[in-house]
Order: sequence, then structure tokens, then C-alpha cells
Amino acid sequence: MKTLLIMASALAITAAAADAKTFVYCSEASPEGFDPAPYTAGGTFDASAHPVFNRLTEFKKGTTEIEPGLAESWDVSADGTEYTFHLRKGVKWHSNEKFTPSRDFNADDVIFSYERQGKADHPWHQYIPGITYEYYTSMAMPELIKSIEKIDDYTVKFTLNQPEAPFLANIAMPFASIVSKEYADTLEAAGTREDMNNMPVGTGPFKFVAYQKDAVIRYARNAEYWGTAPIIDDLVFAITPDAAVRLQKLKAGECHLMPYPAPADIETIKADPALKLDEQAGLNVGYLAYNTTVAPFDNPQVRKALNMAINQNAIVEAVFQGAALPAKNPIPPTMWSYNDAVQGDAYDPEAAKKMLEEAGVTDLSMKIWAMPVQRPYMPNARRTAELMQEDLGKIGVKVEIVSYEWGEYLQKSMEPGRDGAVILGWTGDNGDPDNFLSVLLSCDSAGEGGANRAFWCNEAFSKLLKDAKVTADPAARTKLYEEAQVIFKDQAPWFTIAHSTQYVPMSAKVSGFQMSPLGDFTFETVDIAE
Amino acid sequence: MIRFILSKLLYLVPTFLGITLIAFSFVRILPGDPVLLMAGERGVTPERHAELTAQLGYDKSVVLQYFDFLGRLLQGDLGHSLVTKKPVLTEFLALFPATVELGLCAIIIATLIGVPVGVLAAIKRGSWFDQVSMTAALVGFSMPIFWWGLLLIIFFSGILGWTPVSGRISLLYFFPDVTGFMLIDSLISGQKGAFASALSHLILPSVVLATIPLAVIARQTRSAMLEVMGEDYVRTARAKGMPPSRVIGVHALRNAMIPVITTIGLQIGVLMAGAILTETIFSWPGIGKWMIDSISRRDYPVVQSGLLLIAALVMIVNLLVDLTYGLINPRIRNT
Repeated sequence: MKTLLIMASALAITAAAADAKTFVYCSEASPEGFDPAPYTAGGTFDASAHPVFNRLTEFKKGTTEIEPGLAESWDVSADGTEYTFHLRKGVKWHSNEKFTPSRDFNADDVIFSYERQGKADHPWHQYIPGITYEYYTSMAMPELIKSIEKIDDYTVKFTLNQPEAPFLANIAMPFASIVSKEYADTLEAAGTREDMNNMPVGTGPFKFVAYQKDAVIRYARNAEYWGTAPIIDDLVFAITPDAAVRLQKLKAGECHLMPYPAPADIETIKADPALKLDEQAGLNVGYLAYNTTVAPFDNPQVRKALNMAINQNAIVEAVFQGAALPAKNPIPPTMWSYNDAVQGDAYDPEAAKKMLEEAGVTDLSMKIWAMPVQRPYMPNARRTAELMQEDLGKIGVKVEIVSYEWGEYLQKSMEPGRDGAVILGWTGDNGDPDNFLSVLLSCDSAGEGGANRAFWCNEAFSKLLKDAKVTADPAARTKLYEEAQVIFKDQAPWFTIAHSTQYVPMSAKVSGFQMSPLGDFTFETVDIAE
Repeated sequence: MIRFILSKLLYLVPTFLGITLIAFSFVRILPGDPVLLMAGERGVTPERHAELTAQLGYDKSVVLQYFDFLGRLLQGDLGHSLVTKKPVLTEFLALFPATVELGLCAIIIATLIGVPVGVLAAIKRGSWFDQVSMTAALVGFSMPIFWWGLLLIIFFSGILGWTPVSGRISLLYFFPDVTGFMLIDSLISGQKGAFASALSHLILPSVVLATIPLAVIARQTRSAMLEVMGEDYVRTARAKGMPPSRVIGVHALRNAMIPVITTIGLQIGVLMAGAILTETIFSWPGIGKWMIDSISRRDYPVVQSGLLLIAALVMIVNLLVDLTYGLINPRIRNT
């Protein structure tokens, strides 16, 4: 009977498909699951957090600014440790064959969504054995959140252990998606708790319909959406891992939009009148991190000299095929507080050679680590390392290129006393400068388990970041981060390689797509011309 | 015959045990661990790393882990994926029909083309047909699958627009899985055009997957035929004035088929290897692509149990092949 019902509804969908607007997105990877909290991959969030769910705060489309989401407004106490959120009324939950909501979204859902992640003894903490909440943990939420209280059905108060300026941006991230407590109770009663991860129920612009593993995900327009409901009727993800095949599908009209084109295909796409290409500076940075604890790289003069010997523009041309901005700061220019007054290191091998001699360094030989995988911030680390090797060779520095398997690379590159400089990069999570500077360059992250691969600990720099983190006033924070960038440039713990450009090819019939600086793919604003 | 089957089955036990050990160690020999890969560029503190490792049970000694794995295996528990948290068997069963459908199609194409081409090449030994087909077979055998698949997509789907680029069926069709075989499910669904769509999606990937087995089968058939055609009984049959079609069709081909069937059976392993690349290119949701994803994520339970299931499958197919020529040739049955 159940099968019959599914078939009947399937037929209805197909019958309606004739007039319905179906938007097909050739996504890159299969989602790990549909509960956004336990996962960390962008492809998973594009399939779960963005279409199906909402958060208390949201990133304004196309920006990293915060705007009200499920919280209509909020008050922050004078000391910055109490956030009182006033929740939106009349927000409807989706329904599916196992669940029909009896009430609208309210404070219970907010508390449930956070506590299941933060409290180890919460009945839903381990609703699937082995599940963990890596984003919640790594964004330091357990240390930050002291308590969450329900004031009334539509008011929730978060008390923090210390002020945290990026808090509103943190809770706009996918892991903080609000799930339905009533749905959880229903699944609990039915003994099918794992469906929380298989058949998501949210408040977002699209309702989840079905997922055929590794092949297709289907969503339908949520006509009752509290925001502006989507224009298209059906959203389909056609999972297509290979970039060349995605492009062929796009050209053949089998999908309307694709992520991550191969850099070599950009020109072909631009030349095709049936396609168009959106582009935007990515919220990322690729860098070469010296080990600043090992001589002679502990001398800023030496690091500066090496930076001046590397031809940055040549790398941008050869490795990024021009699709990147040469970087001078550790944060990208699209991020607020970017200090444009900082001067990049001029490419000057002669001066570099002289500086090395002045620092008393001769016959220097070093290792450069080239990562084995491609990342949006670094399309080809090997090639980059080779170009650096050639440039540094010109000033008499001998370079040996090394590489390891990816997991090992990440681990070994954080081992104290590491031999050599490491190529790596970062893509922002929430658009806050703290998410780059503290994570990658503070004293706190220079130890084991951190991500400061220069092992660079500059007290003045770290103090600026700490002050900025507890300063609520954006203008004052901006000033602190600008100062920090001056120290960074002066001390040169990295050679900042580039901020790569992100491209999104789509059919010329598509309109209304907005690229996200955070690299998210969302479709509630898209339309397709007939 | 029963004794024959039993003796074959007995051989499978130690082989299977050996495979559990290989499957278990293979993914652990690879450097890098799942916790580090999950953390990515962000890094993970040593305490958290230890906590997560313990939670996954990977803090125990490898020997203990292996016996844990064997113990659970005996109870029919293949473990849960570290990434999706779903039972490995559930995932396998969801994806397996897609691979079987593709593999069967490929082996049918390879056999239907490979055997006649091999026979013809043998009969017309040294002719232009023999030379062209055997050169083509050599090229096919050395074909880099990924490149070949992409080339076919660009030509047939991109330039000519004859076939769809990838996937199993047009996204316009949406019906529930009944058997998991798209050709059958599309017929059951009764939706107009669904079967044709599923069939058109199968063409390119099965041709790509069939390429290497086809080359091997064609060459094997040719050499087996040549050998048999030199035998006394074939010469005798000819001398008796039997029509050439009967000499070749009945006397030569039947005897030449034994090594050919062995070859076809062995191609199942080759197909599995080919499926990994073919499925990735054609976005085919089968177990090849599943394995590749799991290896790169160091999803230990999926890799070890997945390898085991694939190995078991290859073993079963080879057993069936053994039984088949037990049927064709009674002498083998009694050895």
C-alpha cells in the first residue's frame, strides 16, 4: 500500500512536471547525510542546511553580513555576554509521510537544536551511534555557551562565558540549523531516530522529497515559506563528480548550473553563447607558511627576503591561469577590515639576495611542502612549489619539494620542529576576520591541534585579535584588525600566494542566481526562462 | 556432481578468510586516518583526536580490531559507515543493482561482439579482417578508461547529441525503486518513455566498461579456435565432407568455448576494477564509485566490508564458471 502511495505521488509529480519549473543543479559530491549538525563538507550543507533549514541569524544573500533569520531581532546585554533572541512567529515546519507538524516553530526547537549538540547526556546527542558535532566543537561553542533559557515560547536567552563579537556570525553557520523537536519526538516514538538524518524536516525554502544515493536529490518548493518563497517548483541535484562531465551535462542542457569548473575550461565557457559565467573573488587565501621557530626562518629579515624572491604574478598566471588576485594580506579583499594600505612585497631578486647576505645567511637550503590535493584556494601545489623552487634558486637558495598523503600532510605539517615551509590555504566559514586570523596565526593556534602552520606567536598581534574578539563596535574592531595586518606584513610569517576567483557556469536561461562569498549554492532566487 | 560442488565450496573457506585479512589490512596500511581527514585544514587537538579515535574503536590494537571485525562478520554485521553512519550492507544493497546492471550489459556486449569477431578472425587468419580486428583489440585492451569515457561523451553526447551525458535515467522520470534495476523499474513504472530513457543512458557506460573485456574475449576466442581447428578430429570432420559451418559451429566452437568461458568468468574481476572508473565518469551510482569515495575518506568499515562483498561476489561467479564447464566437459567434474 505504501509503495502504491509513493508511486501515485511520484506519478503526480511527473504529471505536474510538464508545466512545473524544474531546476537541475549538477552538484559535485554526495551529501554525507541530511542533518547539518554532524558534518563539515560544503557539499553536504548545500544539500541540507541551505535548502531545507534556517538558522536564528542568516547571511544576507551574496554577502557575509548578518540578517535576521528565525530570530526576528535580538538584544545584547551591555557586557556582551547575554543574547536575547525574539523568534519569528508563524513559521511552518515541513511535513512528510511520517510527520505532520501540529505546531509552528518555537523556542523548544531552538533549545533542542543546540542542546543535542552541546550536551553529552542529551538523549539525541548520540541518536546515531558514533555521531559527533565537529563544527560545534571546533567553533568552541561548548566553552562559549554557558546556558540557553526559554523565556517564553518566542523568546530565548543565550548566556555566554565571555563576550564574543563573532557570535552572531557563528550561529548563522550551517551547523547551527534549527531542527524540529516535535519531529524528533515523533521519530523517537516510531523508533526510527536515524530518519532525522535521512528525511530532513525544516523550515527552509525547499522541502526534501527523496534521495537516491550517489545519484539524485529532489526537493519541492515550500509554498508556505516564511521568507520569499522560491520561484522554481522543483529543485533537483544531479550528483556529477567529474568537472569535465559536469560541463558536458551543462552544455547538453541536462543541468542548469554547476559548481567548480576546471580552470582550463573557463575560456571555452566564456566563448559559448548558450552559457554564462558568474565570477567573484573567493573568501580564501593560499599561503606558504615558514616554520618561524627554526633558524634561519625565525628571522623576519630572512622570511621577507625569501618573499621578495618569489615571483607572485608568475604563480597567479601559471597555476591559477590568471583566475586569482595576488595576495598581500592573510585575509581576502572581500572581507571587512581588509587593510588595503599594506604594501605587498615587491618582486626583487637582487634586493632579496642582498637582504639574505645582510642577515648572514649563505648556502641556504630548505624544503617546500606541496599538498597532494586540489583545493579552491590552490589548484596545483606541486606546480606552485616548482615555480618557487626556480625563483629561490636564482638567489642561491636550494629547494627540495616534498609531499605526503593528505591526512598525513595535515598532521605532519603541524608537528613542532617541522622541516620546511608548507603550502596550504583556508576558506572562510562565516566571513569574520577572526575566523582567518585567530585560527591561522594566533599564539593559541600555534600549538598541537591548532592550524597555525607558521608556529608564529607574536604577542602584539595576538593581543589585537583578543581585544577585537570582545569588542562589539564594528568600527573599533576594524581598526584592530587593520593594525594586526600591518604586524603580519612586517613579520612575514607567510608568503601570501593568492585569493582565487570562484566561477559558476550556468545556462544562459538562468537568472537570479547569487554567488555566495562563503561558497554556498542556494537556489530560492533562481528562475529559468522558457 | 554434489561432491564436486562441495569440494569447490571447501576451497572457498580459506580464500575467504585470507580476503578478510587483506581487506582489513589494506585500508589500514594507507597513511592518514579518518579523524584527521574529517578535521581537514582546521586541525584537531590531540585530546579530541584521541576521544574520536576511541569512540570509533580504533584505539584498540589492530589484532583486537581484526577479531572484532571477524566476530561481527560471523553475526552478519558488516559495520556502519563512518561518514554516513548507515549500515554498510544497506548502502551496498542500494548501490549494487546499478553496478550489476551496468556489468551485465557490458559483459553481454563484450561476449556478443568478442566471440564472433574472434571466430571470424581465426577462420580468416592473416586476412585484413584478422589484422584490423586484432590490432583494434590490442588498442582496446590498453585503453585508458577515463580518457576513453570522456572522449565518447564529448563525441556522442556533446557533438552529435545522440546519447545522454551521464546518470541512469532522465531526471524527468521519478519512480520508486522496486528491483533497483533501472531497465526493469522503468518498465514497471509504466511511464511513457522511461524504458527508452534508461536504455539510452546505459549505452555509453556499458560500451566503455565492455572495451577491455571485449578485447580480451576476442583475442582468447581467436587463439582457442586456432588451436582447436588444428586438431585431428576437426580435420577428420572436414575430410568426411561435413559442411564448414557445421565443422566450425559444432565441432570447433564447442571445444574452443572452455577457455573462453574461463576468460569471461575472469573478466568479472576486471569489470569490477573498470566499474570504479566508469561509474565515476558517468556519475553512475554503483559500488565502484562508492568504494573510491570511501577509500579517499578512509571510511574503514565501508572499505573493508565493501572489498569483502566484492571479493565474495567474484568468488561466487568463478565458482559458477567452474560448475559451468563441469557441465560442458564431464572430465573436469571427476577431477
